[in-house]
Amino acid sequence: MLETLIGKLSNPQEVFPYMYEPVSQQIIIFSMLAFIVLAGVAVLGSITYFKKWGYLWREWIVTVDHKRIGAMYLIVAFVMLVRGFADAVMMRVQQAMAASPSDGYLVPQHFDQIFTAHGVIMIFFVAMPLMFAMFNLVVPLQIGARDVAFPFLNAASFWLFVAGALLANVSLLIGDFSHAGWLAYPPFSEIAYSPTVGTDYYIWAIQISGIGTLLSGINFFVTILKMRCQGMTLMKMPIFTWTALCSSILVMLIFPVLTIALALLGLDRYMDMHFFTTTFGGDQMMYVNLIWIWGHPEVYVLVLPAFGIYSEIVATFSRKPLFGYVTMVWATAVITVLSFIVWAHHFFTMGAGADVNAVFGILTMIISVPTGVKVFNWLFTMYRGRITFTSPMYWMMGFFVTFTIGGMTGVMLAVPGIDFQAHNSAFLVAHFHNTIIGGVVFGYFAGLTYWFPKMFGFKLNERLGKCAAWCWVIGFFVAFVPIYIAGGLGLTRRLYHYDAATGFQPYLIVAAIGAGIIALGVVFQVLQIIVSIKNKNKPEYRDLTGDPWNGRTLEWATSSPPAFYNFARDPEVTCIDAFWEQKEKGLDVQGKPKNQSRPYHAIHMPKNTAMGFIIGILAFIFAFAMVWHIWWLAIVGLVASIGAIIVRSFNYDIDYYVPVKEVERIELKHQQEMTMVKP
Amino acid sequence: MNTNSIALGGDAPAHHFDGSKNVFGFWIYIMTDCILFATLFAVYAVLHTHTYGGPNAKELFSLPFVLTETLLLLTSSFTYGLGMLAIRTQASAEALVRWLWVTFILGFCFIAMEIYEFHNLYLEGHTWASSAFLSSFFTLVSTHGLHVTLGLIWMLAMIFQVKKHGITPLTKTKLTCLGLFWHFLDIVWIFVFSVVYLMGAI
Repeated sequence: MLETLIGKLSNPQEVFPYMYEPVSQQIIIFSMLAFIVLAGVAVLGSITYFKKWGYLWREWIVTVDHKRIGAMYLIVAFVMLVRGFADAVMMRVQQAMAASPSDGYLVPQHFDQIFTAHGVIMIFFVAMPLMFAMFNLVVPLQIGARDVAFPFLNAASFWLFVAGALLANVSLLIGDFSHAGWLAYPPFSEIAYSPTVGTDYYIWAIQISGIGTLLSGINFFVTILKMRCQGMTLMKMPIFTWTALCSSILVMLIFPVLTIALALLGLDRYMDMHFFTTTFGGDQMMYVNLIWIWGHPEVYVLVLPAFGIYSEIVATFSRKPLFGYVTMVWATAVITVLSFIVWAHHFFTMGAGADVNAVFGILTMIISVPTGVKVFNWLFTMYRGRITFTSPMYWMMGFFVTFTIGGMTGVMLAVPGIDFQAHNSAFLVAHFHNTIIGGVVFGYFAGLTYWFPKMFGFKLNERLGKCAAWCWVIGFFVAFVPIYIAGGLGLTRRLYHYDAATGFQPYLIVAAIGAGIIALGVVFQVLQIIVSIKNKNKPEYRDLTGDPWNGRTLEWATSSPPAFYNFARDPEVTCIDAFWEQKEKGLDVQGKPKNQSRPYHAIHMPKNTAMGFIIGILAFIFAFAMVWHIWWLAIVGLVASIGAIIVRSFNYDIDYYVPVKEVERIELKHQQEMTMVKP
Repeated sequence: MNTNSIALGGDAPAHHFDGSKNVFGFWIYIMTDCILFATLFAVYAVLHTHTYGGPNAKELFSLPFVLTETLLLLTSSFTYGLGMLAIRTQASAEALVRWLWVTFILGFCFIAMEIYEFHNLYLEGHTWASSAFLSSFFTLVSTHGLHVTLGLIWMLAMIFQVKKHGITPLTKTKLTCLGLFWHFLDIVWIFVFSVVYLMGAI
């Protein structure tokens, strides 16, 4: 009876597995839970104390404004970054301690969950939302649009992503998380070997947020293709928008495959099917193929927009047009295509044979060619440019060195013969951190610093930003060079403990120190945000012009933060660096003389709606019920989700016009602010 | 593009709805759905010989039964097309709604037959847990069936919306999207019929 009502929640051993672990583990878990509860109480309490619930609801939760949604992606990504980073530090400390006879301070099943959660959170709930934060904040502004193509869908995507992220974190308190690594290879992830709810949390967290990701991909693809302003042909698009387009294409092509791979794994676990089981004709390597057909392009989904950010930054801070715009576009497109035909390099050891491995090895090496083109384009943009070394440029310098080394170890691993030695070793771990931290993370941090004034109207503190960049770059090498070496000496990945005679320990201690230096970088970043918010009204922080860096593309033509309708007049462009040209010639965004006064027009905008938020909540309820086998609640959640979508489709009152008077008032205010700034 | 607002002056502009973005976006969504099915077909192609000593496709499926299903679904696509034609030629909401009901009933019969087929297989002891082949068969075919079911729910919603709002640019756009979805499911079924049932019968 109880089981029908609350499913697996009726089994305390499943719900609170940590209560059955040693006291040392309970101390760790309870102190973490206490921290979360305290932080939660502090946040909720201060919202209540300052009476901000109404504001939060009206201005943020029901919003369909792409800029607001972007800012919310950013906030969630940052919270998740702290969580994922805490996992990383715990792993580093465990491995630094765990030379026999010591077992370290974690029990194995806890360590397994930590490395799984670290990977899942960093990719799905940090890197992906950082990317969508940048897309949301920048793409519509860069192409001169009022919003994305489907603003409501955009909000729904965001809340689905939040539901997924929340689900992954609920597993801290209720039940456990997956033990099976970030890609949950069967047969270990099958019910026979992972009977706890951990793997189900993993499946549903990714499925729910994955739907959001797919819909966002479609949304930005249509936005970029259909909503560019007058005169912006494809080859006049800002390069970041190009990378966003290619990345959206990749998302649309690969996320259905991930959905199927995880759905089949779920069917194995829930319905006793036999896709990937060891008996009844299941085929584990099919899962590995499917997951990497998603997984390899996924890294390019993440890194292409980062390349776009570097391209924008290097042009702005070198005061030069980007070198080789056309080759940059082609390099991006070529990477997009090639990323689909290299997936098997993730499992050269499968036994596909020398011919197959050779083909995939060579194709993998070929990807380094367009990537190399990009690096040289950036270098040539800087060559004889008037470079200002702002903190975004610091991140970029860090990227140059770090990413190039990561790329070279990637070419090493692309040689099947070497890969047979390095497969599943810490060398591989060091390699992909080298490219993801050096390429993706630095890129989004650079983009965050660069576009922060556009989002919030004030700049971030430069000095603390530079300190953070230094700590991250140095910390990265201190952490991962020893891991490269230890991996070369035979340290396998995901190792819980090892024999002291292997000699790994000194390397792992150094690596842990490196993680500490990176932690210092994170502290600097948090400080940077706090200090900047405190000083946001000081003239050296405040951005009144909307163009704090002397930018080149359309997003800098609006005020900071932009009015909710982005542009009072629809921009018209004639060349790649449109805003730069308009500034040079003293023209406005429509290419007309600046002081010519012309009437404004009413602006067509989407109405806010709570439906995205509601769909997110219902999806969460459905997924949570599925995880815990509470079938009635799952049915209720599913039916209610579909019902919510139907209710929404019956609503025909979804847009309105901003009156001319309102537009005039907002624009006048911005013009007055501009005159307050004297160069 | 925001051409709407360019053309509009004054405070009370006429309402224009341009559905081209929606239809284009829906096309793109269908392409992603296509990849989803392609993945399932690939899985079926790998696993259809993995019968684990159990029966294979030839022993399990009855072609005349599936052919009837196929004809039902293809006819429903045709009647949907007639409904869309009714908008163009007669601009009549009643005619449209009539055709939508016919389509709905045909689609419903298709689903009923599919469930009957699954139920029979289940009763004979050939369940999705019997072998990897049957797992992939049930998953592929019922994913299509699930899509058709969602299409039916959507069609009901559209019948009520057309009754409430008549034929407007907005309902027309929605009907175009539903039509794309419905015809797409037909094409997927052609592949199911060919790959699963016809090739299975060889």
